[in-house]
Amino acid sequence: MRVSLKWLADYVDVTLSPEELAHKLTMAGMESAAIENIGGDWDSELITVGNVLDVQPHPDADRLVLATVDHGGTEPQTVVCGAPNVEAGQRIAFARAGAKLIDGRSGERAVLKPAKIRGVESAGMVCSGKELGLSSDHEGILVLAADAPVGTALSTYLGDAVLDLDLTPNRPDWMSMLGIAREVAALTGATVREPQHTYDDQADENVPAVVAVEIADPDLCSRYVATVVEGVTLGPSPQWLQERVTAGGMRPINNVVDITNYVMMELGQPLHAFDFSAVQDAKIVVRRAREGEKLTTLDGEERTLTKDMLVIADAKKPVALAGVMGGADSEITEQTTTILLESATFHPGCIRRTAAALRSRTEASARFEKGLSPELAVIAAQRATKLLVELAGGRALHGYVDSYPAPAEEVRIDLTRRRLEQVLGIDLPTSKVRAALTSLGFSVRWSPPELYEVRVPYWRTDVRISDDLAEEVARVIGYDQIPTTNLSGALPSVAAQPLRNLRESLRDACAAAGMQEVITYSLTTQELLARVLPEDEMAARPPLKVAHTVSSEYEYLRPTLWASVLRTAAANLRRHDGELALFEAARVYLPPPRERLEAGELPDEREHVVGVVTGQREDRWGRASDEAVDFFDAKGYVDAALAAVGLTPALSQAERFALLPGRTGAVSVDGRDVGVIGQVHPAVAAQFDIDQDVYVFELVVDELLEVAAGDRVYESDFRYPPVVQDLALVVDRDLPADQVRSAIEQHKLVRAARIFDVYEGEGIADGKKSLALSVTYQAPDRTLTLEEVAKAQDSLLKRLAKEFSAELRA
Amino acid sequence: MRGPMADQQTGTEVDIEAIAATARAGLAAADDEAALESWRVAQLGRKGVLTSVLRQLAGLPIEERRRIGAEANALKTELEAALESRRLSLAGERLAATVAGGQVDVTLPGRTKRVGRLHPITQTLREMTDIFVSMGFAVTEGPEVETDYYNFGALLIAPDHPARDMQDTLYIDYQRDGAYPFMLRTHTSPNQVRFMEQHQPPIRVVVPGRCYRNEATDPTHEWMITQIELLAVDEGISLADLKGTLFEFAKRMFGQERKVRFRCDYFPYVEPGVDMSIDCFLCGGEGCRMCHNEGWIEIMGAGMVHPQILTNMGYDAERVTGFAAGIGAERVCLLRNGIEDIRSFYQNDLRFLEQF
Ligand SMILES: [Zn+2]
Repeated sequence: MRVSLKWLADYVDVTLSPEELAHKLTMAGMESAAIENIGGDWDSELITVGNVLDVQPHPDADRLVLATVDHGGTEPQTVVCGAPNVEAGQRIAFARAGAKLIDGRSGERAVLKPAKIRGVESAGMVCSGKELGLSSDHEGILVLAADAPVGTALSTYLGDAVLDLDLTPNRPDWMSMLGIAREVAALTGATVREPQHTYDDQADENVPAVVAVEIADPDLCSRYVATVVEGVTLGPSPQWLQERVTAGGMRPINNVVDITNYVMMELGQPLHAFDFSAVQDAKIVVRRAREGEKLTTLDGEERTLTKDMLVIADAKKPVALAGVMGGADSEITEQTTTILLESATFHPGCIRRTAAALRSRTEASARFEKGLSPELAVIAAQRATKLLVELAGGRALHGYVDSYPAPAEEVRIDLTRRRLEQVLGIDLPTSKVRAALTSLGFSVRWSPPELYEVRVPYWRTDVRISDDLAEEVARVIGYDQIPTTNLSGALPSVAAQPLRNLRESLRDACAAAGMQEVITYSLTTQELLARVLPEDEMAARPPLKVAHTVSSEYEYLRPTLWASVLRTAAANLRRHDGELALFEAARVYLPPPRERLEAGELPDEREHVVGVVTGQREDRWGRASDEAVDFFDAKGYVDAALAAVGLTPALSQAERFALLPGRTGAVSVDGRDVGVIGQVHPAVAAQFDIDQDVYVFELVVDELLEVAAGDRVYESDFRYPPVVQDLALVVDRDLPADQVRSAIEQHKLVRAARIFDVYEGEGIADGKKSLALSVTYQAPDRTLTLEEVAKAQDSLLKRLAKEFSAELRA
Repeated sequence: MRGPMADQQTGTEVDIEAIAATARAGLAAADDEAALESWRVAQLGRKGVLTSVLRQLAGLPIEERRRIGAEANALKTELEAALESRRLSLAGERLAATVAGGQVDVTLPGRTKRVGRLHPITQTLREMTDIFVSMGFAVTEGPEVETDYYNFGALLIAPDHPARDMQDTLYIDYQRDGAYPFMLRTHTSPNQVRFMEQHQPPIRVVVPGRCYRNEATDPTHEWMITQIELLAVDEGISLADLKGTLFEFAKRMFGQERKVRFRCDYFPYVEPGVDMSIDCFLCGGEGCRMCHNEGWIEIMGAGMVHPQILTNMGYDAERVTGFAAGIGAERVCLLRNGIEDIRSFYQNDLRFLEQF
């Protein structure tokens, strides 16, 4: 909200500089985002209010005139002026030579110099709005109010500082000059001057006699106040009112509209003026709209209403959309003589929903939706009526209609000294507490030793409980006055977070193995997902979609990380050579079946770790070699990651959508499926614009948790020396090597078996391969003799021959 | 070899001097480990010269046997020592040769080992989490897809609450009774409620995780953000404790020299509400573009947990109080590392990521 300090001065004396005030307000919860200084750079000596004494044609130029101006100095000055609107008798802004102004044409700041214009000496200037930095208007000069005091520094007369405040939604009262003034008064120790709202009701008739108000839906309208003013003459507002309306960020329209806007900005209560003659049967009905009912609003749009919306209707039809916008038919026009002024309290939620549904958030709806006090309705009605009488030549009818079915009671809060200390952590002196609350308009009765009996002023609709008052006290004395202490209570017991711990360990291990972590968006497109997920799976469990997203690129909650990580790899490949190894550890979102979703079940969020490996291995210098990474580079990362958490994966040939058959392995640990490694199918890779071999792996952390190693038990049986022997076996080419290896490891004297070579070709029969294994024999209780080892190997070979037709390589 | 020859010439004079001379010359000529070894085998080995001399003694008169035996043993001792010394001096020569001719250029690049890095947001999040953990907070996590109840209702943000404007929400496109019951959580605060439902005070937890806002992005706004939520509930917890905890966090996270400011702010689920700012990194409080000329940068929203929430959790809100706070990792990382555009984080350009 824009707050003109000049306007604010109507209600409170501000002795602080705009910067100091902005700081105080910020600290108290009204964040001041910016200060606009109007006229801060106007030289008070050189730029003054002037009076145009005389205007004569320029002797040598048709479009120029000579204006003689009294600027408060010893002698009037005659200057050349090119503006079409300069007239004798005007009050204008006059700048003398030496003043800094903005050049009307270039927009640059420049010092005004005496000049000869078409032969006439000119040592000053009648300024335009643009030259003063007030507006972009350079067509004509700025004309001031007729009562502007001649000779006064323009900076005094017209200068202003405007604070741009970011207000929090709990304070509808701050959406008014008076509300800000109350705050300023409380924070600076000043006193608030409430605007006058009493007026002479010259007309004989009583308002209730000429208009009937019925609140048909009191749940949506708690109070409806109306006054009637007759004999109104529509016309422009006086200068001061126009200035206020402009300062508040609105456009002056006419005196009636300006008054309602002015009072709204001043007091925070939106008002609406109806042409009374357009209100059928002089009857106002506040009711829910009928489904499909139509209303053409002030902006000329025909609105189709729903039964959730509240309308102001006359005897026949809606005449306004309550709290949002008036109707075109009852709009104030030149012909209007009698005004029905509405000041009402509507249900915040209803106004909010209506404004949202019709996409017309207005200054009025923004205030109503925060919840206004019903007390304000009467005060605002009277204030506006007073101004209509004074500024629009009207006669107010006597009294007002007040439909207030369930009057609210004043809010009282018993605040204990103990609670205040409990919340704030400091036992404040009673005098300070009372002063703080009183300064904000609360009335406080201290009843020793414990109790503050607090009555909440009507405008503080946000204060309902003791802790609200605690904040008020802290705000006024300043949060910096609250002490700074450390938590002291007992430490709660801590529940283990095994899933998180495992995920973080895997994250560390992937990075330690040489992979770069990426973090990609949780939302993606259906098209991207379809590249890596089979159609039937997408159809059976369609990924969850978000409504009203800002971008169609981020629309579907991903049930897989593959697409995101592959896309990230592709984007980086363009400017990367050597090996590219990326991983992400994040959640995927598996939608529950429809009926479970309907029962309120949330998606299954599972923790995945997905890696993408591609590119060329690097040489001794870290440069890309000719050798492309392969399946085993990807597997190496998986091995490393799992080894770090004490797990050993077993792989088996598998087939998986988007992966190349024959180069895909399912990863399991202790027989449990925990993930997959594979080469991305070239056709799929191509969809990501990757035209080289690319490998992906996926580990499901939730599954790994099921097999995760507990505490590792130290084995101390290294006392007896191991015997290491190499073994070369010829087996069928298609036999998975690890089956041979794990069969060897099952022998009770074998501590470990490692594959260290695979060979096919010369010397090996077609369809066969040679496996080289290094076998470590060791017994926990004795040193093995060479004879024992030889015997063990014999029995191993027999078993391998039987099970796999394995033969010892010659 | 002289061994077999000596056998045939039993009774001949044994010339120790000659043997010694030959052996010494042989040792001097041996200039590598292999030559030394074969010299040792020839001279001192089981079938070596000295051994055969000693074997020949059997046939000699006792006087002779004693004399030659003593001489041969003395020679053996001498040669063994000479061998050791020759070995050492050869090793010395070798090292000297290596040092002289084979020195490495230490300025060449190291043999590349691939270096993986954690994403800067992971690093930042961990650093923040660790600080709170060291203050006795436990870590817990919660779902990212939330119900209206946990994300809003339980936090006192009713359906028509104007605070809903503060957080543009990404709803799951599924409607029930004209409303969207599910959404991507807009903050980590729902976990306050989830945790309190399951636990009794005292409570001290932090909840890190992704949050989502339905808003257009620009250099300072991102629709996916990573937050840490902080919650402490116990008897005797006050605004002063909140200040102390956040103050300590700010000093550790941003440096001891940073100034910290607490001011009033509003969040529906806390009362009183707090905003914590630190003095601007760039201008040190003078005012610049980064801090919008304010000199201060907002870091954290916080406050005392609204007593209504505590009551709703079944706690005695007159007895226990609590505080909550939330902080975004992106913003912190952005500020600390002088990153100009928040969107850099999730673009994942390696040229960016590799700098952390
Ligand atoms: Zn700054």
